[in-house]
Amino acid sequence: MIASARSPLIFVVHLSVLLLVALWTLPTAGLLISSLRDKDQLAVSGWWTALSTSSQNLTGRAASPEAQVEKDGKFVISGNLLEGGDAKVSAFGFRPMQPAAFEAGTAADIGDGQMLTVNADGSYEIVSPTKMEGTRGQRIFYTASVPPRFTLDNYREVLSAAGIGSSFINSLTVAIPSTIIPILVAAFCAYALAWMPFPGRAILIAVVVGLLVVPLQMSLIPLLRLYNGVGAFFGVPAKTYVGIWLAHMGFGLPLAVYLLRNYMAGLPREIMESARVDGASDFDIFVKIILPLSFPALASFSIFQFLWTWNDLLVAMVFLGTGNDELVLTGRLVNLLGSRGGNWEILTASAFITIIVPLIVFFSLQRYLVRGLLSGSVKGG
Amino acid sequence: MQQLLFAIFTMVGGVLACAAYFFGTNWLLDRIFPSKGMSGAQASQNLRITNAIRPWLFMAPALFALAIYLIYPVFESVRLAFHDRSGQQFVGFSNFIWMFGDGEFRQSIFNNFLWLLVVPALSTFFGLIIAALTDRIWWGNIAKTLIFMPMAISFVGAAVIWKFVYDYRSEGSEQIGILNAIVVAMGGTPEAWMTIPFWNNFFLMVILIWIQTGFAMVILSAALRGIPEETIEAAVIDGASGMQIFFKIMVPQIWGTIAVVWTTITILVLKVFDIVLAMTNGQWQTQVLANLMFDWMFRGGGDFGRGASIAVVIMILVVPIMIWNIRNATKEMER
Repeated sequence: MIASARSPLIFVVHLSVLLLVALWTLPTAGLLISSLRDKDQLAVSGWWTALSTSSQNLTGRAASPEAQVEKDGKFVISGNLLEGGDAKVSAFGFRPMQPAAFEAGTAADIGDGQMLTVNADGSYEIVSPTKMEGTRGQRIFYTASVPPRFTLDNYREVLSAAGIGSSFINSLTVAIPSTIIPILVAAFCAYALAWMPFPGRAILIAVVVGLLVVPLQMSLIPLLRLYNGVGAFFGVPAKTYVGIWLAHMGFGLPLAVYLLRNYMAGLPREIMESARVDGASDFDIFVKIILPLSFPALASFSIFQFLWTWNDLLVAMVFLGTGNDELVLTGRLVNLLGSRGGNWEILTASAFITIIVPLIVFFSLQRYLVRGLLSGSVKGG
Repeated sequence: MQQLLFAIFTMVGGVLACAAYFFGTNWLLDRIFPSKGMSGAQASQNLRITNAIRPWLFMAPALFALAIYLIYPVFESVRLAFHDRSGQQFVGFSNFIWMFGDGEFRQSIFNNFLWLLVVPALSTFFGLIIAALTDRIWWGNIAKTLIFMPMAISFVGAAVIWKFVYDYRSEGSEQIGILNAIVVAMGGTPEAWMTIPFWNNFFLMVILIWIQTGFAMVILSAALRGIPEETIEAAVIDGASGMQIFFKIMVPQIWGTIAVVWTTITILVLKVFDIVLAMTNGQWQTQVLANLMFDWMFRGGGDFGRGASIAVVIMILVVPIMIWNIRNATKEMER
């Protein structure tokens, strides 16, 4: 390593890392940029063109004939298609088949001697020798080059209309207790497995290690039956928040116990022995010495558990209902993929709201996450 | 908002209940078998009893939860696999016989093996390469953070991100998915990537590789840093090239870690569910075991027998790694 750092190949290293980083971040960047774009622009151009002016084919309608005014013996309807935006019209037309038949600024004969003019700034004028009839305005097709527009409208829409707002609360409701409640339970168990000699300890540790990798799929059907049975017996709904909190706790415990036991077993024996000489019981030693010392491991586990419960889809789909006050973010996102599959402004904004909380946790607490991973411990989705 | 308050209330209640349990039982134990202020023989006997009981008091809630949520279900799932759809009637091996005759199941097994071959290998490979490269440059930590970031993103979120990458518009209109845009820019024709059988599996795998490379990188990077400097210096003195040092000196020293990373990702791959559900839901021959299992769990009101038997197949595939893990952990403890 020391030698190669000076080699001329170092710029190849820089380049390849840059390429890999780009490969890994571009998909997420695309999502973020797209979620902030105007939805009409998002639908017709790639996010990498977000900063350049885009050309769009749009449709507008002139004011209705009721708005006509008489001027120099002619009847005139005028207005602006762009309503004060900074877009520029390059061409227009009045038939759907020929939406760009006329250049901006020229006059088009739309029949009955009526002349339509659309200028580059979007202002239009229909001039007719006779009084115009009807109540509907003339349809105008036009090609406009629209400058890039960024907006928070997509977020406003998904938070209210698409139900992402309430799902956000639901996800928090699932994740917070599921993260906090198992900590104490796991810590006591881990201490017993690390420092209290009793027959069968090695077997119990082996069982915990084995349970680390038991697929969740094995638990789903029996627990579903159990929950249905309990629900029917007590006359309560089978799918409740209490049920999913307990389920997440059960599924998170092997990792918690394993992580904490490894960490506690690595603490120096002398601390405990000197405390014991002073007459402290196991309980005192644990609460007053081990628990505070284990803070890094507790933090690692909490982060894992929070990310896992927030990002979980499977457990929520099985043990939680699909009502508006129970559907979590991941579940909502899957539903939106089905129902609004083509509406990228909805999907990108929703997805970004879904991933923003884990990303904040990740960037602020990365240290503990890495430490947790390194203590040789992983559960994974 | 109200439910969030309810959640926080329950959380506080739950934590307090746990604390009360531990304090309470401990206090009770010390009252029933006091060791302070007793005569010598009585005290030491009581001390022995409390020392035998206390570990079990400490472990009881955790063991109880593990038993209900993981141990009992394993046995129950195995039992259900030999029963009919409602779990009432014993049917012998007929679920398994059905399974191996079912085209969708065979498709899933085939796809799962593809995933098993590709995802752990490529994730570990990229992780190793990135770990080795980023160690040599000054902005390596920033690069690592960015590549590690997808770890925090949910599988469903990642599915949306990649669905956008793979987005398809018919030929002639402007592509908004970056993959098709690149293909068109290079003169190709756009494709609906998700609907091309066999190859679409690989487009799905890319998502998991994207997520898991960061994990492999973090672990392997730490392992590479743990290699004793002397071995590398010795190789440099002997005139080994950078490549030789990497493949002949460094990689062999971290085989153990590579194996851990590999098996961990393998377990994850066996359970992959969210990605397939969100991207294709098993259409266009992309079905995998976990998604098929979920499907049968609810299909037509739920076929628990078939669902459980598919879960058992996943479990059987996990067992070798489980045994290997347990043996490693036991060995480590003896050291």
